[in-house]
Amino acid sequence: MLRFTLRRLALMVPLLAGLSLLLFVWVRALPGDPARALLGQRATDESIARVTEAYGFDQPVLQQYGTYMGSLLRGDFLSSIRDGRPVLEGFLERFPATIELALAALLFAVVLGIPLGYLAARYQGRWLDSVVVSGSLLGVTIPVFFLAILLKLVFANWLGIFPTVGRLDPRIDATDVTGFAVLDGLLTREFDAAWDAIMHLVLPGIALGTIPLAIIVRITRASVAEVMHEDYVRTAESKGLARSVISRRHVLRNAMLPVATTIGLQTGLLFSGAVLTETVFGFNGIGSYLFSAISQRDYPVLQGYIIFIAIIYSLINLAVDLLYGVIDPRVRVS
Amino acid sequence: MTRTTGTTGNHPGREPLLAVRDLRVEFGLRGQRSTQAVDGVTFDIQPGEHVGLVGESGSGKSVTSLAVMGLLPRRGVRTSGEVRYDGRNLLDLGQSAMSKLRGRDIAMVFQDPMTSLNPVVTVGVQVAEVISRHNDVSKKEARDRAGDLLKRVGIPDPVRRLKEYPHQLSGGMRQRVLIAIALACNPRLLIADEPTTALDVTIQAQVLEVLKELVAETDAALLMITHDLGVVAGLCDRVNVMYSGRIVESTTRDVLFSQPRHPYTGGLLRSIPRLDSPRGEPLHAIPGSPTSTLPWTQGCAFAPRCERVVAACTDQPPALTDEGIRHVRCHHPLEPTDPVTDARSEVAR
Amino acid sequence: MSIPMMPAGPGGPGDPGGPGDPATTMLEPTATEHGTSLWRGAVQRLRRNPAAIIGALIVLAFVVVAIIAPLLAPYQPGTGEWAGQVTPGKVPGPSDEHVLGLDSFGSDMLTQLLYGARQSLVYGVVSTAVGLVVGASLGLLAGGFGAVGGRFGKAVDTLVMRLVDIMLSVPSLLLAVSIAAVLGKNAYAIIIAIGVAQVPIFARLLRGSMLAQGRSDYVLAASALGIRKRRIVMSHVLPNSLGPTIVQATLNLATAIIEVAALSYLGLGEGNPAVAEWGRMLVAAQDRFAVDPRLAIYPGVAIAITALGFTLFGEALREALDPRSRR
Repeated sequence: MLRFTLRRLALMVPLLAGLSLLLFVWVRALPGDPARALLGQRATDESIARVTEAYGFDQPVLQQYGTYMGSLLRGDFLSSIRDGRPVLEGFLERFPATIELALAALLFAVVLGIPLGYLAARYQGRWLDSVVVSGSLLGVTIPVFFLAILLKLVFANWLGIFPTVGRLDPRIDATDVTGFAVLDGLLTREFDAAWDAIMHLVLPGIALGTIPLAIIVRITRASVAEVMHEDYVRTAESKGLARSVISRRHVLRNAMLPVATTIGLQTGLLFSGAVLTETVFGFNGIGSYLFSAISQRDYPVLQGYIIFIAIIYSLINLAVDLLYGVIDPRVRVS
Repeated sequence: MTRTTGTTGNHPGREPLLAVRDLRVEFGLRGQRSTQAVDGVTFDIQPGEHVGLVGESGSGKSVTSLAVMGLLPRRGVRTSGEVRYDGRNLLDLGQSAMSKLRGRDIAMVFQDPMTSLNPVVTVGVQVAEVISRHNDVSKKEARDRAGDLLKRVGIPDPVRRLKEYPHQLSGGMRQRVLIAIALACNPRLLIADEPTTALDVTIQAQVLEVLKELVAETDAALLMITHDLGVVAGLCDRVNVMYSGRIVESTTRDVLFSQPRHPYTGGLLRSIPRLDSPRGEPLHAIPGSPTSTLPWTQGCAFAPRCERVVAACTDQPPALTDEGIRHVRCHHPLEPTDPVTDARSEVAR
Repeated sequence: MSIPMMPAGPGGPGDPGGPGDPATTMLEPTATEHGTSLWRGAVQRLRRNPAAIIGALIVLAFVVVAIIAPLLAPYQPGTGEWAGQVTPGKVPGPSDEHVLGLDSFGSDMLTQLLYGARQSLVYGVVSTAVGLVVGASLGLLAGGFGAVGGRFGKAVDTLVMRLVDIMLSVPSLLLAVSIAAVLGKNAYAIIIAIGVAQVPIFARLLRGSMLAQGRSDYVLAASALGIRKRRIVMSHVLPNSLGPTIVQATLNLATAIIEVAALSYLGLGEGNPAVAEWGRMLVAAQDRFAVDPRLAIYPGVAIAITALGFTLFGEALREALDPRSRR
């Protein structure tokens, strides 16, 4: 187990080195002045000079690469052109908000997705199945930001059940301890703040969780339907076991294997999907950080962001593979 | 092993353990062409009796056994007739009543040990769960009994095996585990659906031996589904031969092997390779494949492959005629003088 | 109506399984079915599948509208000629002259929507084509060399797949964002960004199915007969591996259309705000959304329905080509 983990971690090194090299080359591969390319045609000479200096475009390429890698290896993840702060700082500041949002989305997707997928498979071909299947199809075809806008309109603007923007009502004076708004509220016993933070998470969580929900539903349905026809389920039935035991121990436990992989993949994707959702809901996480970086052409932030996300993505995939070993004895490392 | 059951057919005066009457199973979703998989099957199993159900793939023997167990899918399947067990028609029984019966009264061993055990649950749990389902015992007690069972089916080091997963066991071991599961609650009827076909030939004999011993110990009745007459010879008191959803010959083992009447039975017997046949003599095979059948409504389903076919065979369906020591469904059956030698002596070993 | 989406296990209902089941032994087509009859069979199955027909109709309608948009549209797109009627508080709604009203720039909403279909079709098809061609070439390179083996083949395979792995380590939307951000706000940037983001999917898919085919018995038999490796790959392995790739391309069209809109939303889309592009229209509508949701709902629904069409059709195609679901 440990050796497997270490080996996988070691494999991340060439991957990240390749990615950072690709990102480095990519900015400089364009014909013409890279600073002008980054800033667009209408950029002022002053800003071009600033960008040229910030990137070191005037220096030899090897030296540029050295500086670039140095910053990455120091763990700064480059520095913002706008304010010169290391990307990592801006990142960590906002990361708790995004983690909170991603967890809310994941909770929504998993808690709803697995039972729905299971029921759809059990009542395959009946109306419940049709509704679930059609719904999940809609879930993957509706653009996330359109859904977010709709949710905001209906539940925040019209019905007024949930707040429209932000993480916390500005009138609430919450103490910041960990950066996780809900957790902070609980830790400091400011329960109204915790509750308010939860309310602020509902709509963005649903918006961000809809695609994973749809995908988890579909994978669960397909997987359960397949497992239900396995010989060992028939063996379990021939033992006269209770329906609940058959479902839980024999069907779900096997059907969960591909679902676990899917959940892991989707978790990784949440951190990029957050860009759209956070922007709609004015949620101050890493997604809106990236959004403002894009709109201000702060390319180092984008580069650092991508490398950071790649690391998280790889770590999540590793975690999923490890988890897989726990639930499937056949792949357990002996 | 010799068991003596002189008579055939219904045993007058004795209530059979299982009485299957005119069982019909039809597959096909609405709007699709339906298939009659089992077409009016009738047979009895007496307490403690070993009955063979013999036929090729597609003859409906497995479907018959699944119908008895109530394990056919509910959608797209129509079942009619009667499966009488202990005075109740199992086909009318609700799901929960049926599940109380399964594993306790009637148990089943399936064909493929590689796929019939849950890969992510330990062997111990898979054996113990059937014990705790049907007996009021503690978890530990169930586990201890599971260990005993594994020992009884000849699995070495059962305590360690309990903690292992199916993929750590060989095919033969797995089939032993499945036998242990089936016999865990001392069922009165064990249905074995080709329990050895998926195994290596060398393992087949061992597993059959275990099955035979345990069935004898527990005094269970056995319904052996097989295409292998060798298995029948070694294990069964009575034999029902199925073809295309219907029973074509039903008699005792001894009668079947010495004087088969249905040409299909004769063909099956002759297709067994024999050591004492002259060298160079070709092996006998029944021509055609089980898919080239005539619908029973138009005549004899076996007619397209039958060597003894006469005009009547494609004209009207043969009825099951009672000949005292057997029932046979044929217009032109083999006569006792016809050259089918007693194959039993060869295969019974 | 039931919409089948995935091969949901062997057979599903009415499949009692087991060798003793006449339903499977008698109705199964012969195992040698392949080549053209595979596709012919697939077309037959598609025609029996209501979801496939709905999907195909949506796709067809979308393509036709996109092509003949100039004939259908009552006005010229992106003119903003009624901008005078648009006030900060109100955008004129449906009227006799403008069936769906105006958009927030003062252009005719219906015209914008119709021309938007055009834009989406071009962006979606061209970017998916870019992704397919580049990705499939990489996959062919890796899978072709990998399938016939040899040390050199393995090395090519490894090299290509490392590149693909790097691209896969970044979620595809981010990949597209990073490309579009550098290339600037124009049509080429969008197409390249979304196309390149699809490359790793196609590469891995084609390579995977080619390697699987390469291990199959008929390839072994062909090499044993001394048939040249290139010939085996091009005339046997590749044609038999294309099915999943084509299905994926259909599904990716849906994703591409959504991602175009997403890039627009992130400010990386078409630079000209008045251009008829659905994602762009959504963004423009956002400020007025609470007062005039119509502005966002039209383009949003248009994107969703188009994506739905491609998804339905792609899923049905996958099912039709899947040997396991054949009945």
